Amino acid sequence: MLKGLFKLSWIEMKIFVREPMGVIGSLLLPVLLFVFVGRALRFSPRGGAGIPVSRLPFNIAILTALLISLGAVQSLVGIMAIYREGGILKRLRATPLSPVTILGSHVMVKLGFTLVALVLMILAGRRVLPDAMPASGVSFVAAVLLGTTSILSFGFVMASLVRSARFAQVLGATLTYVMLALSGVFFPVDRLPRWLQFVANSLPTTHAVTLMRAIWAGEPWMTQLATVGALAVIFAACIGFSARWFRWE
Amino acid sequence: MPTPVVTVRALTKRYGRTVAVADVSLDVNEGEIFGLIGPNGAGKTTTMECIQGSRRADGGTISVLGLDPRRDATALRRRIGVQHQEAQLQKRIKVWEALDLWASMYDRERVVNGDVLLERLGLAGKRDAWFMNLSGGQKQRLFIALALIHQPELVFLDELTTGLDPQARRAIWELIRDIRQRGSTVFLTTHLMEEAERLCDRVAIIEHGRVIEMGTPRELVTRHCAERRVIYTTDEEGGERLHELRGEGDDFVTDVIHRIASDGARVRGFRTEMPTLEEVFLKLTGRAIRD
Ligand SMILES: Nc1ncnc2c1ncn2[C@@H]1O[C@H](COP(=O)(O)OP(=O)(O)O)[C@@H](O)[C@H]1O
Ligand SMILES: [Mg+2]
Repeated sequence: MLKGLFKLSWIEMKIFVREPMGVIGSLLLPVLLFVFVGRALRFSPRGGAGIPVSRLPFNIAILTALLISLGAVQSLVGIMAIYREGGILKRLRATPLSPVTILGSHVMVKLGFTLVALVLMILAGRRVLPDAMPASGVSFVAAVLLGTTSILSFGFVMASLVRSARFAQVLGATLTYVMLALSGVFFPVDRLPRWLQFVANSLPTTHAVTLMRAIWAGEPWMTQLATVGALAVIFAACIGFSARWFRWE
Repeated sequence: MPTPVVTVRALTKRYGRTVAVADVSLDVNEGEIFGLIGPNGAGKTTTMECIQGSRRADGGTISVLGLDPRRDATALRRRIGVQHQEAQLQKRIKVWEALDLWASMYDRERVVNGDVLLERLGLAGKRDAWFMNLSGGQKQRLFIALALIHQPELVFLDELTTGLDPQARRAIWELIRDIRQRGSTVFLTTHLMEEAERLCDRVAIIEHGRVIEMGTPRELVTRHCAERRVIYTTDEEGGERLHELRGEGDDFVTDVIHRIASDGARVRGFRTEMPTLEEVFLKLTGRAIRD
């Protein structure tokens, strides 16, 4: 089964790379944004040193990481809808490949590209925005991948709910903005009204941001067990839901 | 006594209020090419997908290669090959990658050389092409290759030559006969009567979700369109004369030949016409146009 997973992931990876827009959107765009904003901050028009990163109203590294991760989810939801509409999922399902392999390959590809994008961001960040860099690059990447996995599982819930590829684009985009807005990157979640706090806490992105922020600041993983637990619970709930409601055609 | 590899009894399937399949029973025997034929919307695809296990039946029992297609779905998928009607693959997957992926899913001993298969299907030149850049017929042939890569014991082909040109169609018929020769059983659907007549050992005609006739194409023709025609021309004083005789029964043609011989006529041209499966089909399912 593992052999099948790697083979299919490898093929899906190649297929993804063959569509330049997808790669630009998920890899280059967030990193370019990061570098561009970074440089703009560093060298303000009037000369001088620009605004220090710490005075920004948001953490630029975490925002970029979150954008990378949400881009991956949007792409996943779109691919699922297109594959379903074209009968590709149905065709794959008629083979001995297990459902976990068929869908898991896409998770692998998305995590792979997330990893590459993060590495690019960190390499670029060391040069242009060293004070925006996390305490430990490796820990930070691990935290983002963990959060992304949970967010991807939420993507399967979306993919289970939508039938058409067109609707998938709309729903994917809408939910991405909602998740981004409520995630806590721009303002703390506890400033929201009660019911919105509840919504925010049910979304994986909020916990992903909490975890990223703590790890970015160099806090030990042991202090983040509750957050990791929340991500795991959401992951399990989403996978459970999708296992029941995911449509292959 | 032929051994059935597919046994279906009283299969029913509804989509909401549409009854797609109503009480279908049939057997497919080992080593034969069995055709499910019928007009569009008759329930061919639904029947086939229930048998493959990719659709849950509402009623009835199905046994395929001794397995229950829903309960033993994984075991069954390893032993059958399928080709869906109107299927797609990833737009940018290459032909060889698809074959390679499919080959990796099955028992290594059974998998055939993908390049040889491509060659036979006239796809060798498209080895590195993306799926999206193949023509309709090339896509169809690729799907047939994917269905056959592991020499399955049983192959399902849904509308296998729809959209193909006559050359490709003939090449595929040849290939299907060939895999039967090697011991596979073939279950196909088609709405092309010529295809059914030339390819199938036995056919079942399905209409509104019910099997209304079953047998070898020849049997069906004798059963429902027994009339034969003999058309011949003779040399007469005033020039050529055309004769047309109609009759029934196995001896009809012989009788006509004897009669002509005893008349001492000079025969210039002679042909007999047997009704085709198409005529049987039209007689049984009506001539009204459908979607
Ligand atoms: N997924 C589906 N949902 C609802 N109705 C369907 C579906 N698939 C087929 N049908 C209906 O069931 C009937 C049989 O369809 P089908 O098995 O595809 O016939 P055929 O393959 O002989 O053309 C048709 O009336 C068709 O409209
Ligand atoms: Mg059909």
